[in-house]
Amino acid sequence: MKAGKIVVENLYKVFGNKPQEAIAKSKQGWSKEKVLAETGAVIGVSDVSFSVEEGEIFVLMGLSGSGKSTLIRLINRLIEPSGGDVFIDGHNVAKMSNAELISLRRRDMSMVFQSFALMPSRTVLDNAAFGLEVAGIGRKEREKRAMEVLKEVGLETFAQMHPHELSGGMQQRVGLARALAVDPSMMIMDEAFSALDPLKRREMQDLLLELQKVHRRTIIFVSHDIEEAMRIGNRIAIMEGGKLVQVGTPQELVDNPANDYVRNFFDTVDTNRYLTAGQLMANSVPIFVHNGVAPDAQVVSQKLQELDKHYAFIVDENNRFYGSISLEKIALLVEGGQSCKLDQSVVKQITPVPEDMPLDKVIARLVDNEGPIPVVGGNGQYSGAISKGRLLTRMQGE
Amino acid sequence: MSDKKLDLGSWVNDGVQHLLDNYSDGFDSIGGLVSSFSEGIEAILMLPPAWLLIAIFVGLGLWRIGARFAAFTAVSFILIVLTGFWEQTVVTLGLTFSATLISLLLGIPLGIWAAKSERVATTIRPILDFMQTMPAFVYLIPAAMLFGLGRVPGIIATVIFAMPPAVRLTNLGIRQVNKEIIEAGQSFGCSKTQLLVKVQLPSAMPSIMAGVNQTIMMALSMVIIASMVGAGGLGNDVLASIQRLDIGLGFESGMAVVLLAIILDRITESFGTKQSEKRGTLISWVSAKLQRQ
Ligand SMILES: Nc1ncnc2c1ncn2[C@@H]1O[C@H](COP(=O)(O)OP(=O)(O)OP(=O)(O)O)[C@@H](O)[C@H]1O
Ligand SMILES: [Mg+2]
Repeated sequence: MKAGKIVVENLYKVFGNKPQEAIAKSKQGWSKEKVLAETGAVIGVSDVSFSVEEGEIFVLMGLSGSGKSTLIRLINRLIEPSGGDVFIDGHNVAKMSNAELISLRRRDMSMVFQSFALMPSRTVLDNAAFGLEVAGIGRKEREKRAMEVLKEVGLETFAQMHPHELSGGMQQRVGLARALAVDPSMMIMDEAFSALDPLKRREMQDLLLELQKVHRRTIIFVSHDIEEAMRIGNRIAIMEGGKLVQVGTPQELVDNPANDYVRNFFDTVDTNRYLTAGQLMANSVPIFVHNGVAPDAQVVSQKLQELDKHYAFIVDENNRFYGSISLEKIALLVEGGQSCKLDQSVVKQITPVPEDMPLDKVIARLVDNEGPIPVVGGNGQYSGAISKGRLLTRMQGE
Repeated sequence: MSDKKLDLGSWVNDGVQHLLDNYSDGFDSIGGLVSSFSEGIEAILMLPPAWLLIAIFVGLGLWRIGARFAAFTAVSFILIVLTGFWEQTVVTLGLTFSATLISLLLGIPLGIWAAKSERVATTIRPILDFMQTMPAFVYLIPAAMLFGLGRVPGIIATVIFAMPPAVRLTNLGIRQVNKEIIEAGQSFGCSKTQLLVKVQLPSAMPSIMAGVNQTIMMALSMVIIASMVGAGGLGNDVLASIQRLDIGLGFESGMAVVLLAIILDRITESFGTKQSEKRGTLISWVSAKLQRQ
């Protein structure tokens, strides 16, 4: 078994005669252009390897003609590979019999198209039920299921209309419903939202993310819109001339672009917008532990002065956020010189922000709060702090 | 004529003679089949009284096109009845339908095959060109030789003349289906047959219906000419008017042909237009049937 839901290894696709010769030349380091000039063969995809994890949205990006559409069609074998392997759940797609391939397409993997590709003579309902119908599901059952997904995409009232009676955005909802109806564990989306205007596109992205929260499907999404890629992609892969140039999380690509081609993609975007609390936080606030006994004000005060800090965070013995306190507040408390414990009654309660909170929300929280705000990981444990100063330096650094 | 360098004509004569000598049983049985088929169709058309048949056409016109066309249909048919050409018109209609149905039965599958196979497509293209451009009544000669006189050679010559558009437009329609729609069919796990029946044919339906329309129109024009071999119907009157130089008869029978042509054309054409209209179309009906099987 291979690790990863979808594993692609040394995949090649050559259009034209003598693909093996073209692959050999390409392995010798010939460029796509040179191979075309000398052999007449077009290299669509060249030596591509990557792995997509279960439940991940994996975005493929690249200029026109870089081989994105070809690559994803090699994965469900709408196009026969010229070389290399594709493993889905450990099974080699290139070696599947026709029957196995059909069963994979009917049950596990569906596709959404740029031009929507709805059948014009079918109603919205019959379009949504198409995959189930092909799989031989009875009429009642498939219409019930199709109606459910139409509800999910908000089109149940349009079930009896024909595609040409709907707007582009609605048509693509039907395309999405058709793909969802078979309840696949994987979806392939080829520029699924590219034909929509920016507002509709955003709406569809939100819908996809919303659906993804519930089902967590493995999605390969082709896009040429970097903002879209950063919004929905867990990871982004950049293609150039049939080759994979770089794969990584959006932040990794922004921080360490492999070359100018990759960097150019991010030139036009305000990448700061995609920063999250997890990326903004630091260990800039001293931590004190309340392990049944609250920390002593004197001790904290002394430590803060030593470190030249104005705020302290207190966590409990399970590393959960307990409260925040400022140096001024402690100074007031210990004015008389008597000792004092920093417990519930004196510390400031702040609701921590999750690591995946986007920048704009983080800013809103910082504006509402006087001091730094705590950040917690998915497990609820304290993981860092964001102060106004920290935020500004982080954004400046980009 | 005997000083020709290349006597293609005599080869053809020999070829037809050869067919006649060796395969006359085969032609007889084909002829028998065509004959009983067309007689069946004609009997069905003769079954209802004239007013009922007219009412059916008027109803079709009303449903497919509108009140004005329905009125036109009614007036046309009444005119035909009053001028005394009703019976011949029904015979012509029967011949046209028979030839059209046979053309479609052969032509649509052939068109599908041509769409699937480049070899078939390149092979049949010149044959179709030949079939369509050869002066129509030339077919009548071998047809009459092989099948004798009467309706059978008429229908067979008509089938040869009228089939090409059905083949061509079926082929074209299937080939023109949007590539992503085909991919959608495949990506949801269609088998080859499912792809054809559920995706390609329904999407190609407007083009196929245009082919049906052309086939009917060509069949109608050819069955008139086929009266030369005794196919019967309105063609007989047209022929008689030429032989007798009877301009009045020529006008009356010719007008019946024209009116019939207009009515058939408009009605079949309406089935090929997009299903945007609220009235259900034949396309959506046929494709719904195909999909629901
Ligand atoms: N059927 C084909 N025959 C020949 N060459 C092809 C074929 N399909 C694709 N190609 C070539 O393969 C290369 C990759 O094409 P592909 O459609 O995968 O690019 P893409 O990244 O999806 O581009 P776009 O953003 O324009 O959709 C291009 O050079 C294209 O010309
Ligand atoms: Mg593409």
